[in-house]
Amino acid sequence: MTAIETPEQAKQDRTYHEALVDLVYQFADDDFIISFRGSEWLGLAPHIEEDVAFSSITQNTMGHAFLFYQLLEELGEGDANSLAHDRRPSERKNAVYFEKKNGQGTYLEEPYYDWALTVVRQYLYETFKKVKLEAAAKSSYQPLAATAQKILMEQTYHLAHWKMWVTQLQHATQEAKVRIQSRVEEAWKEFGDALELGSKAIDMKKLGLLCGEDELKQKWLQEVEQHVASVPTTPLEKCLGNGRAGEHTEDLKQAINTLSEVYQSDREAVW
Amino acid sequence: MHKQQRVIEIKEVLKGVDDPELPSVGVLDLGMVRDIQVDSEQRIEVTMVPTFAGCPALDIIENNVKKAIEELDWVTGCSVTFSFSLKWSTDAITQRGKEQLKKHGISPPPENYKPGEEWRVNCPYCNSSYTSMENIFGPTACRSILYCRACKNPFEAMKPVIEHSIT
Ligand SMILES: [Zn+2]
Repeated sequence: MTAIETPEQAKQDRTYHEALVDLVYQFADDDFIISFRGSEWLGLAPHIEEDVAFSSITQNTMGHAFLFYQLLEELGEGDANSLAHDRRPSERKNAVYFEKKNGQGTYLEEPYYDWALTVVRQYLYETFKKVKLEAAAKSSYQPLAATAQKILMEQTYHLAHWKMWVTQLQHATQEAKVRIQSRVEEAWKEFGDALELGSKAIDMKKLGLLCGEDELKQKWLQEVEQHVASVPTTPLEKCLGNGRAGEHTEDLKQAINTLSEVYQSDREAVW
Repeated sequence: MHKQQRVIEIKEVLKGVDDPELPSVGVLDLGMVRDIQVDSEQRIEVTMVPTFAGCPALDIIENNVKKAIEELDWVTGCSVTFSFSLKWSTDAITQRGKEQLKKHGISPPPENYKPGEEWRVNCPYCNSSYTSMENIFGPTACRSILYCRACKNPFEAMKPVIEHSIT
């Protein structure tokens, strides 16, 4: 596959440009929504060291989202900040599982968040992110390949952190084991679209933008099986919908409303 | 003045510009400056590479670099761009940079680190290797918190960040 070096070059071929933009939205929106859910834990994590660690990971992940929104800006999609804050739910490409609320209640009023959900989700997410970034590091679009390489250098710390949590809780009390396992089983019903690449999947593979969905899924599963004690044998489902196709839940609306409230109140703020 | 000499002069000025999150360590010694161009009208173009993504200090660094360079009387203007396609790695930190870090109680990143593996560094105060990792995530994305069991001091270290080889 011939390497495409610049956004101008990418724009010359319509099929290439469309598939590329779709893929970069997936990366950007996934990082963006997962770091929003992460930021809701600020001050609520199980202990102070975890609070420091989790907020550092969240801030770094938000930085990754912005690297992707900048790629989109270069590709003619508009200003990076408004891409993050000003798009409707139906325009978002993040997988639905990542937008799911942290638990009952809200950040300001009685947040009954579930740490087991967060540990399982962050672990599955970071594992998935690594696999997808490794594929992107070989992308025919050179700016994407370079960005993926850069993020991988930092992301290795995030993955190691959640691997540690998942491993420790699975070796802790019976309650911890049960709660982790039930969140794993729940994830199996909802994670399906994360491993999909949307309506342009075939073009993405043909044009060397990324590997195919099967390869992505297989590599992810291989990694997960090494750390999750009991991986469900049922196939992955997408009971919450298909975010890659712009299908989302009420939870995403809540997230965007909260986010844009701050954004609308001060558009010049530095993020 | 020869072009070469102008670049040297600019580098001299940049030695005094620190990363606000790592005071006393210059952006030059951190390996953040990748290119300095001087055009025929003495306008300067500096290309820099950010350390961690989402580092909130980038705007401040950009301003400080610009201001410092524009103070040279022969300079007519200066623009600074961060290139996000260039990769920064902790291997880019100079020897001088490592010494500066240590002086301020921050250990430089370990050498020969393999991504994903655990790592330890010696204490910046007593150089003991009898240290433990307290929190890999410190006050900023680029630092971790460790503890020296020999001299019983907590200290910080810069996280190793190096290129990941993909199989
Ligand atoms: Zn010591």
